[in-house]
Amino acid sequence: MRTYLERVFESQVWRSMFRHGLPESNRTRAETVFYNFFLHVHPTKVRRRSVKFTYTWGLGGLSVGLFIVLTVTGALLMLYYRPSIPQAYSDMKDLQFVVSSGQFLRNMHRWAAHAMVAVVFLHMLRVFYTGSYRPPKEFNWVIGVILLVVTILLSYTGYLLPWDQLSFWGISVGTNMVRAMPFGLGDQISFLLLGGNIVGEYALVRFYVLHCFIIPVVAMILMGIHFWRVRKDGGV
Amino acid sequence: MEKDFKVEESTDVKKTPKRIAFIKGRTAARVKQEDEEMVMTVPHLVVREIIAFEVMVIVLAIISLLFDAPLEWIANPDHTPNPAKAPWYFLGLQELLHYFPPVVGGVLLPALAVVALIVIPYFRINVKGIGLWKGNRKRTFVTLIVSVGIVSIVLLMFEVFAMLIPTLIITAFMVVPYFFTKKNRFVEWLGNLPLSWWVMTWFVVIVVVLTAIGTLFRGPGWSWTWPWEGIY
Repeated sequence: MRTYLERVFESQVWRSMFRHGLPESNRTRAETVFYNFFLHVHPTKVRRRSVKFTYTWGLGGLSVGLFIVLTVTGALLMLYYRPSIPQAYSDMKDLQFVVSSGQFLRNMHRWAAHAMVAVVFLHMLRVFYTGSYRPPKEFNWVIGVILLVVTILLSYTGYLLPWDQLSFWGISVGTNMVRAMPFGLGDQISFLLLGGNIVGEYALVRFYVLHCFIIPVVAMILMGIHFWRVRKDGGV
Repeated sequence: MEKDFKVEESTDVKKTPKRIAFIKGRTAARVKQEDEEMVMTVPHLVVREIIAFEVMVIVLAIISLLFDAPLEWIANPDHTPNPAKAPWYFLGLQELLHYFPPVVGGVLLPALAVVALIVIPYFRINVKGIGLWKGNRKRTFVTLIVSVGIVSIVLLMFEVFAMLIPTLIITAFMVVPYFFTKKNRFVEWLGNLPLSWWVMTWFVVIVVVLTAIGTLFRGPGWSWTWPWEGIY
């Protein structure tokens, strides 16, 4: 068995994908990180202190993990969802009663979204209380705060999509807060967000596009910069 | 000039070719300590990441099997639920709107909070993190009491007891090292905490209290409702 596997790992096809050997020596372990697109955000070696769970509580990593779970479940939910009235709501009912594991899918997306808001906030607290915002990481802290706002916006735009009473009035309350902005700015921004003066069909489409495309793309770009800077400033 | 650096020399020529490091104050991890024990990212870090992710997915899956995401009747603009609540992370804000005019509660205070968070690392006092009572104790005390006094009067004017009480409790802890100079580990710990620590802790406590009140203690007409009387 082992020899067969070894032959696979040493074959030209395998080596064309993975240029390093199995991570058996420190050299190949370093190469595994160095030559892998997904792992190269990490340095090849890290401090023993910083891999200890209580050093960071893994909160930043869990935020990414939740983002991945939300992307996967979100993409699957998009297959069954039409952002129009009343289809949006009947699609929720279909997810509940017709689609296999539809309810589970929606539950997973919902709870992961709530968890992400909490975990990102806790991550910010951890960074603050360990003083990890100190120079040269000032600007990465700023990006982090923006990412917290983006996370809340992601969760909030998704809140409207089921088009039930909870969504409708939750968004109405929120956009009424926006309307309180002075100099007529509130009405302008709320009109821009809702595509009208009330939470209606156009609001649903706008929130859908914001939720599934615009804000996730912004989040991913900011996350890329965030991780890159963590690494450049000597973190994992 | 105040001497806020120390000179370090390493004798290990192989690792550190003749080099003098100037370490100014508290700074990034990469210059904090030399010769730290290192481990390989594969497997030490990556394995931990995979385990953490898997545990998270399992926990999420169990929660998703046990609890269904809420779904009410189809949206009806003619039927306003009482109370109409935003999602939980905005209920702290909604609670603020109950006390303050919309421009203050819905725009000014949240904007101020975000700006305050953003500027934290750009103030030297936050970066140095010197204990609150390390300077002129008398002056610190007077400044603290005056600032908390002004905030308290404003909160009292608007009858925001949900913010006033936590503010006063935290202030009580802040002034403990001023009155009790006896050496005691707890008092010493309190005395070493910098101003930024106190402000952030105050902010977090207020956010948690307001969000909890908005989520669990508010019913029809935004009246005070105990959780056992129903969660709205």
